Amino acid sequence: MELFEQIQESLGMLTLNKTRTGLAILGIVIGIGSVIALLSLGQATQQQIQAQIQGLGANLVTVQPGAVNQGGVRGAIGGNTSLTLDDATAISGSGEITAIQNVSPEVQRRAQVTTGKSNTNTQIVGVTPVYAEVHNIAIDSGSFISERDVEAVNKVAVVGPQVVSDLFGDNADPIGQTIRIGSQTLTIIGVTQSKGGSGFFNQDDIIFVPLSTAQKQLFGIDYLTSIALEAKSSNLMTDAQNQVGYFLLARHKISDPSLADFTITSQQDIINTVSATTGTFTALLSGIAAISLLVGGIGIMNIMLVTVTERTREIGLRKALGAKKRTITTQFLIESIILTFIGGVAGVVLGISISFVLSKLLSTPFALSLGSMLLASAVSIGIGVLFGWYPARRASNLQPIEALRYE
Amino acid sequence: MSKIYKTDVLETVALNDVSFEIKKGEFVAIMGPSGSGKSTLMHILGALDKPTKGTYILDGENVEKLSDDELADIRNRKIGFVFQAYNLLPRTTTVKNVMLPMSYAGVPVKEREERAVKFLKMVGLGDRLHHTSNQLSGGQQQRVAIARSLVMNPALLLADEPTGNIATAQAEEIMAIFQELNDEGHTIVMITHEPDIAEHAKRIIHIRDGKIAEDGNGHKQRVIKRKKDGTI
Repeated sequence: MELFEQIQESLGMLTLNKTRTGLAILGIVIGIGSVIALLSLGQATQQQIQAQIQGLGANLVTVQPGAVNQGGVRGAIGGNTSLTLDDATAISGSGEITAIQNVSPEVQRRAQVTTGKSNTNTQIVGVTPVYAEVHNIAIDSGSFISERDVEAVNKVAVVGPQVVSDLFGDNADPIGQTIRIGSQTLTIIGVTQSKGGSGFFNQDDIIFVPLSTAQKQLFGIDYLTSIALEAKSSNLMTDAQNQVGYFLLARHKISDPSLADFTITSQQDIINTVSATTGTFTALLSGIAAISLLVGGIGIMNIMLVTVTERTREIGLRKALGAKKRTITTQFLIESIILTFIGGVAGVVLGISISFVLSKLLSTPFALSLGSMLLASAVSIGIGVLFGWYPARRASNLQPIEALRYE
Repeated sequence: MSKIYKTDVLETVALNDVSFEIKKGEFVAIMGPSGSGKSTLMHILGALDKPTKGTYILDGENVEKLSDDELADIRNRKIGFVFQAYNLLPRTTTVKNVMLPMSYAGVPVKEREERAVKFLKMVGLGDRLHHTSNQLSGGQQQRVAIARSLVMNPALLLADEPTGNIATAQAEEIMAIFQELNDEGHTIVMITHEPDIAEHAKRIIHIRDGKIAEDGNGHKQRVIKRKKDGTI
């Protein structure tokens, strides 16, 4: 009997009991659907976080002071004073460092900011003009910190939109207004465009001031809290990391790299860490969803066993008329594969719909992965074979006399 | 040959040294009360089961050494079954039912349909080709089953109580068809417990307690003929 004919015949048999066929399929639909939905939700979250990190600046390598071992105690990153403006100047002036195109020395600290009426606690960043380029900062109104501001230690500030609404209310124009940080009064000269993001990655709740102003007037320090480096291309990230690393080791006269008084992280490292974390969560959730798929598979097996019992006489007749074991096995296997395959396709559709609705609700990007759809279809066929095998074998091993006599 | 059923505690001798020969073109009725072993005999003749002792040679082939799949092949090519309960596929058209054995033999689809239609016309169901089995009367269903048993041109037509579930008038029609088939040269073995049905055969074998009690042609065959329109 040819395969095509057997598929036709199996389809005919499955339409005989539509309710039962439908319910058996439903288990697979739910299983495949939830796996697809959770996989694409995880993927969307991952993409969103990656986009946010990339929003901090493209091809970014960050040098931070610290991580020095002192008597076995490892200092916290950033809790150290080993990086200076001279280091940053030396990096940009070095002929050995070829992979870097921009060097942005930075001082960051949280501080209380007040106006006459309101106050907020926010991130103060001392920057040079190149910061805007390295970190993709766009100006909404006014201007960014200029070279002259840095040279003249001007008491000016560029604020993020979140700060504007916290201090002056929504849609206010803060340009020309003053804010107080500690004992210093600064004039607002610009507002940055909103970048979105939240929590750790919030780029809107931030105040930029000239680096010199931050160091001398606000915080009274002479070191940097970080140096951001922009590599020439994404392929050169590792080169940039190595070149800067060796350069600073030599400059700080440290021979053993494990004793370095700074740490270099590339943006890729952060992305990898975050991806690994979200990946773990996605895998965990999909694993739970896969259990429902397993239960669906057992449902298929149950239905197929009932079908075999119900059709005992028919199987007996087929064997009496010359059906071989293989023919019977194939017929029942095809039936269970059809069930799980239809369930798989419907599950993919359901999963995509769910993840589409979720992406609208959570305003995450809608990620559709062809790979996971193909995998889901393959898995559903696999489930058909796996859970259809035992019932099919049982059918094919029925003795024709016993089967014909069965009431 | 003998057939012995064994359970843990009991040994049942269903057939005890039964030996006979059926020649090509015979029309034999096997009779016996229930429990006499006639069903067991029919299963062995139908290659559905193998004897415990002895040999069964069907159309020159020794059946007892064959595997399950080889037996399936023998049943497909050499035996046409007609069951008491018709055993048609439910909710399947008569043509499809008759085509079933040919699909297992790998006959091309077009030829299957031609042969199925030819035999359905022969049993007088040319106008019921696309009815499903539950739309037919018992007699009609049994005629579909007869068409199905003939499509592979078997060496042996094996009928197990073919009229057991059918009203008398229709039963007569069935027997008329069997006689026609026998006249055309088909070998027919029919199991029955009804003497007036058995009388349509040329030879009657009586089975009692697993043994042949009587085997003979010592009776007058009751012959019935169908009219041109298929009725009697």
